[in-house]
Amino acid sequence: MSTFTPQAASESHTVTEMRTVTELRTVTEPRARFRDLVAAEWIKLWSLRSTRWVFAVGGLAVVALNTNAAYRDYRAWPAFGEATRDGFDRTGALRDAFTNMAAMNLILVVAAVGAVAVVGEYGTGLIRTTFAAVPARRSLMAAKAAVVAGATAGFGVIVAVVSFLVTQGILAGRGAAASIGDPGALRVLAASALLAPVAALTGMALGTLIRHSATTVVCAVLVLLMLPVGLGPDTHMTAVIDHALPYSAWDRLVSIDHAPRSYPSTVGGAWAVYAVWALAAAAATVTAVHRRDH
Amino acid sequence: MSAGGGRRRGVADGTVERMIETNALTKRYGRTTAVSDLTFTVRPGRVTGFLGPNGAGKSTTLRLLLGLQTPTSGEVTIDGRPFRDRARGLRHVGALLDAHDVHGGRSGLAHLSALARSNRIPRHRVEEVLEEVGLSAVARRRTAGYSLGMKQRLGIAAALLGDPPVLLFDEPLNGLDPEGVKWIRGLFRRLAGEGRTVFVSSHLMSEMEHTADDLVVVGRGELLAAESLAEFAARGTRSSVTVRTPDADALAAVLMRQGATGADPDGDQALMVTGLSAERIGELAFEHRLLLYGLTTRPASLEEAFMELTASRVEFAGGDPR
Repeated sequence: MSTFTPQAASESHTVTEMRTVTELRTVTEPRARFRDLVAAEWIKLWSLRSTRWVFAVGGLAVVALNTNAAYRDYRAWPAFGEATRDGFDRTGALRDAFTNMAAMNLILVVAAVGAVAVVGEYGTGLIRTTFAAVPARRSLMAAKAAVVAGATAGFGVIVAVVSFLVTQGILAGRGAAASIGDPGALRVLAASALLAPVAALTGMALGTLIRHSATTVVCAVLVLLMLPVGLGPDTHMTAVIDHALPYSAWDRLVSIDHAPRSYPSTVGGAWAVYAVWALAAAAATVTAVHRRDH
Repeated sequence: MSAGGGRRRGVADGTVERMIETNALTKRYGRTTAVSDLTFTVRPGRVTGFLGPNGAGKSTTLRLLLGLQTPTSGEVTIDGRPFRDRARGLRHVGALLDAHDVHGGRSGLAHLSALARSNRIPRHRVEEVLEEVGLSAVARRRTAGYSLGMKQRLGIAAALLGDPPVLLFDEPLNGLDPEGVKWIRGLFRRLAGEGRTVFVSSHLMSEMEHTADDLVVVGRGELLAAESLAEFAARGTRSSVTVRTPDADALAAVLMRQGATGADPDGDQALMVTGLSAERIGELAFEHRLLLYGLTTRPASLEEAFMELTASRVEFAGGDPR
């Protein structure tokens, strides 16, 4: 808390003209802490109704998409041949645990959350109030990135775990469920959960650079969703670009029985793609605002 | 304190006078110059009005003070340091730039709570400032539903959060009802009385003349005056004379023939005359055998002095390449 100590003005502090100031104020200030900025950004994130709605509706959609995939396999099970049934719990069941459609949906939801965290401040003018209160802009943006990454990571964990439990519960009815201890099961969970903060930080970085909501969403969709779908794996260059995208990295991580391709990607490489995108996006978010006029 | 003393840098906190200083402050956007070579000082313990027509560069100057924008050249310090050098701002400077600079989806309480938390200001302070500005009852409502006056009050609450020694307000009277205007004037006087530096912008002199001790006047981004209100008032040259007479129409005709620039009815049996001295009007009335009840010279109002000053600057700015 700030407290002012009125001081008697020494002669050097006397104001000329008309009136003399009889007391001066000194500022005593507690040490600035990063965690206070994080706490403040946390309040800001959750005090918007839209945050809760987006997470609730987006989470339900992700779980519903996965549930639907598992249910379809459940229904189709009697028609499956021996080859399909054999080893389904190792591959098919884990693909149902988090489907490609669900991953795309997750990316869309969290990229929007990340973008709105910044664009919402620019669009309303709140950013000026924020930076006037916290002139250390880079610290502020780092706190914002930490909150967005933390909240979306939590969201990712919840939707991945719930999806896993629901889908495997359904498939257990056919004796075709994977268990969490199965090879690759944890990797599917981790890759799907962590896709959320990676995509959210990317959305946030785009929002910070673009500062316009519609343009930001279009760019996020292009980079995170359209590009990996559009790039073929057949030429070296497109394959390399493809491997470097978060969605493709996720796809590689959840492919337990990875079919060899002409330009293969590795699990280690895919994790590295996650890390590089998250760090680069956070760095762009933190540095872009430093010299900008507001 | 002498002007030179305040510019010394690196003096330990607590020994520097809490003041705002700009030195040859200039801000250009491409070919447009928003603020040009501004040098002025705003002192503690006084309310300083920051006056200028719309587009004079007031808001840009305030943003430069807060480090939201970077000067093209020149410098600005608050309490001897550029504001951008502070890690946290609310305990040093409280600012209301634009009442709309809030997120409409957030409640007033959440808005202030986040601001307070970011600066490590205890939570009870949020309740205090809400009480002070009279928003306690609506604190949990989203600000999108606030009137402009309520948003102004919320912005003032945010400025007061850190109990800062320096306060900046950009057009704070916009949208306030007469009761609110009276309240905010009292608040400014109280804050200055507590030894704080209070810097308030306005494009209307009438808003400032009962509130400000000092004035900083700008036009087209340039400094026109930086002085006390009394000194500024003495600048007015276009004084007028109120003449009470039962022969208003006849006298008006005479005065206009003799060089008055204006002789307009001012209520019943009275004229407001400009361009002639009271003595000359008396002589003319005597010559024309017109009865006078009274002659009162009225000095130019602050508003007139302000208009005169800013109008002349606009004229010069047109042709004079300065």
